[in-house]
Amino acid sequence: MGGTSVGEIKKHVKIYVMVFIALLALTLITVTISSLRLGIAAAVIVALIIAVMKGSLVASYFMHLITEKKVVYLALILTAVFLLALLFLPLTTYYDRIGK
Amino acid sequence: MQIPHTTTARPETGLVNAKLGIWLFLASEVMLFGALFSSYILLRVGAPVWPHGAEHLNVPLATLNTIVLITSSVTMVMSWASLMMKNFDRYKLFMGLTILLGLVFLFVKGFEYGGKFSHGLFPRESTFFAIYFTLTGLHGLHVLGGIIVNSYFWGSGSKMWKTEPERFTNRVEVAGLYWHFVDLIWIFLFPTIYLL
Repeated sequence: MGGTSVGEIKKHVKIYVMVFIALLALTLITVTISSLRLGIAAAVIVALIIAVMKGSLVASYFMHLITEKKVVYLALILTAVFLLALLFLPLTTYYDRIGK
Repeated sequence: MQIPHTTTARPETGLVNAKLGIWLFLASEVMLFGALFSSYILLRVGAPVWPHGAEHLNVPLATLNTIVLITSSVTMVMSWASLMMKNFDRYKLFMGLTILLGLVFLFVKGFEYGGKFSHGLFPRESTFFAIYFTLTGLHGLHVLGGIIVNSYFWGSGSKMWKTEPERFTNRVEVAGLYWHFVDLIWIFLFPTIYLL
């Protein structure tokens, strides 16, 4: 968030409070939805969407990612690629049907 | 010895060194927690039965802890904003609150663990409890680490404000990036373990 003057920082503070309220609301929404006991596929999708929304708010505003330098984005894109590989490559073992 | 680029951006990156450093460290932390989340997915997909988190875990306590950690992220960013506005007393207040909320989180977590132990539920109980204790335990250690660093910046470390205010502000910002990351991990841990 570009500016660092006192006036700019005061604007930031207002945004932080709005993000805080949004995070609280999303927390209550995800807990309420989980108590409805949707099917597992729907529950996972809804919980993940809400978690990604909350995570994006924290990263964008509290961690100031929306106005960060390019080198940080590059490092994070690389991290995201490796994270996805780490999460999903092991699942390919389920396509290994040797002996079944 | 003067450490270079603690207050001026390094020309190649456009960042002060500490900020690039913390982001690279956080990238490595993503892989650490990512490996455990990956294990969780593989274990769960491969298990014949898997309990719903809410049947075995205390969702209201975990919800309370989610709110505590989110609030601590706000107080942390407010402590940095206070330094940016040259208000040291407000910094002390908000950083103090951040530390306090971190301790509340660990206290609630300890209470939750105590409840599990008193019912004889240890990591050996099942794959579910093994991954529950591993993920929440590692996260708890991160909270503890953050509390220690924040306490230093609240206490004796804050003397730097008088001599090098800009460098101190950068230090608090970097500590904040770590603290928000710990919050971020919890935001994903909470639904994964407790709500699904």
